[in-house]
Amino acid sequence: MSSSEDAPHDTGNKLVYMANQIGTFFKSQDADTAPAKIAEHIAKFWDPRMRRAIVAYLDSGGAGLDPAARQAVETLRASIPRS
Amino acid sequence: MSLVHEIDYGTPRSKSAKQVTLTVDGQKVTVPEGTSIMRAAMQMGTQIPKLCATDMVDAFGSCRLCLVEIEGRAGTPASCTTPIAPGMVVKTQTERLRQLRRGVMELYISDHPLDCLTCSANGDCELQDMAGAVGLRGVRYGYEGENHVFAKQGGAANPSWLPEDESNPYFTYDPSKCIVCSRCVRACEEVQGTFALTIAGRGFDSRVSPGMQESFLGSECVSCGACVQACPTATLNEKKVIEIGKPEHSVVTTCAYCGVGCSFKAEMRGEELVRMVPYKNGEANRGHSCVKGRFAWGYATHKERILKPMIRAKVTDPWKEVSWEEAINRAACEFKRIQAKYGKDSVGGITSSRCTNEETFLVQKLIRAAFGNNNVDTCARVCHSPTGYGLGQTYGTSAGTQNFDSVEDSDVIIVIGANPAAAHPVFASRMKKRLRQGAKLIVIDPRRTELVKSAHIMADYHLSLLPGTNVAMLTAFAHVVVTEKLYDERFIRERCDWDEFQHWADFVSSPQNSPEAVAKISGVPAEQICGAARLYATGGNGAIYYGLGVTEHSQGTTAVMAIANLAMATGNIGRPGVGVNPLRGQNNVQGSCDMGSFPHELSGYRHISLDEPRHLFEKDWGVTLDKEPGLRIPNMLDAAIDGTFKGIYIQGEDILQSDPDTKHVSAGLEAMECVVVQDLFLNETARFAHVFLPGSTFLEKNGTFTNAERRVQLVRKVMSPKNGYEDWEITCLLSKALGYEMNYGHPSEIMDEIARLTPGFANVSFKMLEERGSVQWPCNDKAPNGSPIMHVNGFVRGKGKFIVTEYIPTDEKIGPRFPLLLTTGRILSQYNVGAQTRRTANSIWHEEDRLEIHPHDAEQRGVRDGDWVRLASRSGETTLRALITDRVAPGVVYTTFHHPDTQANVITTDYSDWATNCPEYKVTAVQVSPSNGPSRWQQEYEEFSRETRRIAHTEAAE
Ligand code: SF4
Ligand code: SF4
Ligand code: SF4
Ligand code: FES
Repeated sequence: MSSSEDAPHDTGNKLVYMANQIGTFFKSQDADTAPAKIAEHIAKFWDPRMRRAIVAYLDSGGAGLDPAARQAVETLRASIPRS
Repeated sequence: MSLVHEIDYGTPRSKSAKQVTLTVDGQKVTVPEGTSIMRAAMQMGTQIPKLCATDMVDAFGSCRLCLVEIEGRAGTPASCTTPIAPGMVVKTQTERLRQLRRGVMELYISDHPLDCLTCSANGDCELQDMAGAVGLRGVRYGYEGENHVFAKQGGAANPSWLPEDESNPYFTYDPSKCIVCSRCVRACEEVQGTFALTIAGRGFDSRVSPGMQESFLGSECVSCGACVQACPTATLNEKKVIEIGKPEHSVVTTCAYCGVGCSFKAEMRGEELVRMVPYKNGEANRGHSCVKGRFAWGYATHKERILKPMIRAKVTDPWKEVSWEEAINRAACEFKRIQAKYGKDSVGGITSSRCTNEETFLVQKLIRAAFGNNNVDTCARVCHSPTGYGLGQTYGTSAGTQNFDSVEDSDVIIVIGANPAAAHPVFASRMKKRLRQGAKLIVIDPRRTELVKSAHIMADYHLSLLPGTNVAMLTAFAHVVVTEKLYDERFIRERCDWDEFQHWADFVSSPQNSPEAVAKISGVPAEQICGAARLYATGGNGAIYYGLGVTEHSQGTTAVMAIANLAMATGNIGRPGVGVNPLRGQNNVQGSCDMGSFPHELSGYRHISLDEPRHLFEKDWGVTLDKEPGLRIPNMLDAAIDGTFKGIYIQGEDILQSDPDTKHVSAGLEAMECVVVQDLFLNETARFAHVFLPGSTFLEKNGTFTNAERRVQLVRKVMSPKNGYEDWEITCLLSKALGYEMNYGHPSEIMDEIARLTPGFANVSFKMLEERGSVQWPCNDKAPNGSPIMHVNGFVRGKGKFIVTEYIPTDEKIGPRFPLLLTTGRILSQYNVGAQTRRTANSIWHEEDRLEIHPHDAEQRGVRDGDWVRLASRSGETTLRALITDRVAPGVVYTTFHHPDTQANVITTDYSDWATNCPEYKVTAVQVSPSNGPSRWQQEYEEFSRETRRIAHTEAAE
């Protein structure tokens, strides 16, 4: 992605974008509970491969993940079924 | 079978609760106060002769045929305009009345052509019936004098004669047969609310006239058909009846176009459909219709409809027609091969909101049980998924709270991000009727929609906000309600969590949510925001209706929550006249959501990870279900591009045209190895398909649709499927070939399974629907008669939940390269991607998509009305012709997306709602510049389109 001028196209970046977007909502509710709520939302609505991809992305540095979203992704690991 | 007969009571029903008893022809009859004598008589089975009265409109009293005698009163009053009184004694037939009526009829007939035998209304004409009823045996006057009947009079042109008007594609107006009863005029005013017709002239010269002596097509007429239905003669008559003849039997069914769910009588001659007539007992439409359901069904027999299954190895090959067996086997083998190679989760499917509940249920069953994963989604993803999540969180169910009748009790109506006159026309007519009675109206929309100002209607407030600022606006409303203490404390304490309310109240009261602050964001003056908010909070029963202009945003879900908050805070929930009402687009969007089309939930909105419901399904279906959520449509496309998703079964949806960012969708489809499309036509998506399974129309199948008010209604088969199978049968064939048997003899058995597995449908069955006509879910032991209004004694989730709705501007922003905001919508005569309506005469009203642009923006760019312009966004560009209008504000442009040539979705980006991935259709930053014609992309697309639609016709060995 060259700049914020571009729509979020490539899938890795797109997942980060989505996670942050979810994060923004839950932070506006209550910053303390946000990471848990974000993780819950992702576990409920993302299929395992998307969860696996965002965890892998975090493992490779997780650039661009907002702190609350990053914390949420940390806790996601346990929810992913082995394939 | 015979025609379904409906009684015409002559005048509308009185709503009074007080009963009055009178005597008619020696019999006692008890009816509500305010009823006409005519209606009272009809209620006991006596039809008083009449011409100008019909129960769809108020009585007018002009024909003088319905005269009666009343004991103790002089004269012979008209029974249609005379209300009953206690103890009244009425005689409907006496020698005097007989003489008078014959005299009246004689005059009518003496200025009416006597070509009954060859008239298209022969046998279906009230004038004819009345001549018989009053015993008319001869006419003493000839046609020598003045008349409206003959073009020539004594060799010269007859000045009183008018030629037929055939301009409307669906009905004709033959003035020589008009008896000037004004039923059509009143129907257009009272029922439709368009006021297109008037009676011009006086006395003998008076004529029905569309607009100012215009043709029907050239007038304001929207072709709803109400006048045609009201007309007692052949003056206004369906062209199909003229062409084919009088129908001989009819079947009640449900319109397959929009979420209003109008009930119709399909009037038939054998298996040929003659006309669709709105059904008075239909509780959604109460006898009204719009141009789509009433007239635009010709697509069912359009020559482009595909009737044979087809396959091809590569999408660049021509299609090859094959047997059903071969096509089904090809699809099944491919899916099995792909799953073996790429894993169980590499395939999925999309259910249709145009198909029946039963068909949708089966497609998701096939995916969960036969594919063994949860990769199922539906087109509701791109429209109302935020409603599901938003209302689910706040109230405990995604359902709209009211029935359509509720609008009759509303005092203040907010319409936000919806254009019901175009998208939900019959409901709009009912809403307009209430508005003409004095209800107040607040329209929140970037564009000046028809509702803002139309015949005898003027919005009290039109808040013309910038696209993308709904959440800010709604939260500012809440700010006014809270800071001015206009909230309903008793309601909140009783039904909501008081602590949550206070937390929310603190949030909305903050200065960033004040009307002054929001005025800067939205471009709407603060006084207007305050005024509108006060009106909603204090004006009596307040109802909110909203559409895709709310949901299709990156904050779509948040906006739905903001609406829910507002209704709770003002106590506008749980009774007639109030509520939160999502106006759903397609006919069965509600149903497709209810039936478990989403990847994370089973029918009845139960999450797939919950053991109890999942085990229930597992036991019933005899399989083990995956407990992980599957992919949503945009995720499927992403996964396809990434190489982990390879095959898809799409029933009755055209995702290539209806989903955002066309290039992304086509890249996803292109990357798949097996795309199976089941549809009526070779739609846009089918150009990437390997197997095409021809689908059936709503006229060719049995099943149910669920409309926007949760009303489950029967769809009845009136002709055999031209393609050979109803859609649910095709799904069964495919499932069987995949190794998972589904055995149903009739869709009613599928409904029984749905009822067994879905608590809200527990008491629903075809038998019940046959008896009752329709029912609104939830319908179970707790609500055996269904639920017209939700949350009556408290919220479904227990306590209503207030949720903080912080405004977060979309990342799709205007800048120097893309300085204008594009928003999209639809128009009345076309439906969604237009696959059906474009294949009917409806195209006469909308030949192409146009770009609406404000005169100021147009002038700056040197664009004139009708010019071709280039419309470009960060995603792509297209060309279309400009329409210069101040319906849109400066800085905002607007277009529809009904035509594939325009490809408006080449422009839209793939930004989406944070909670549901519902695409952000309603805001795209664009630039507009003059152009010479179609863009290169459009030309290439056109070329590719021809290429991929070739069919190699073989002599089928059948
Ligand atoms: S078709 Fe409908 S809109 Fe047109 S004139 Fe008749 S009632 Fe009015
Ligand atoms: S067109 Fe039909 S409904 Fe209208 S005034 Fe003439 S006869 Fe009556
Ligand atoms: S399209 Fe909608 S409003 Fe029109 S007839 Fe059909 S269901 Fe009714
Ligand atoms: S029907 Fe009563 S006056 Fe015409």
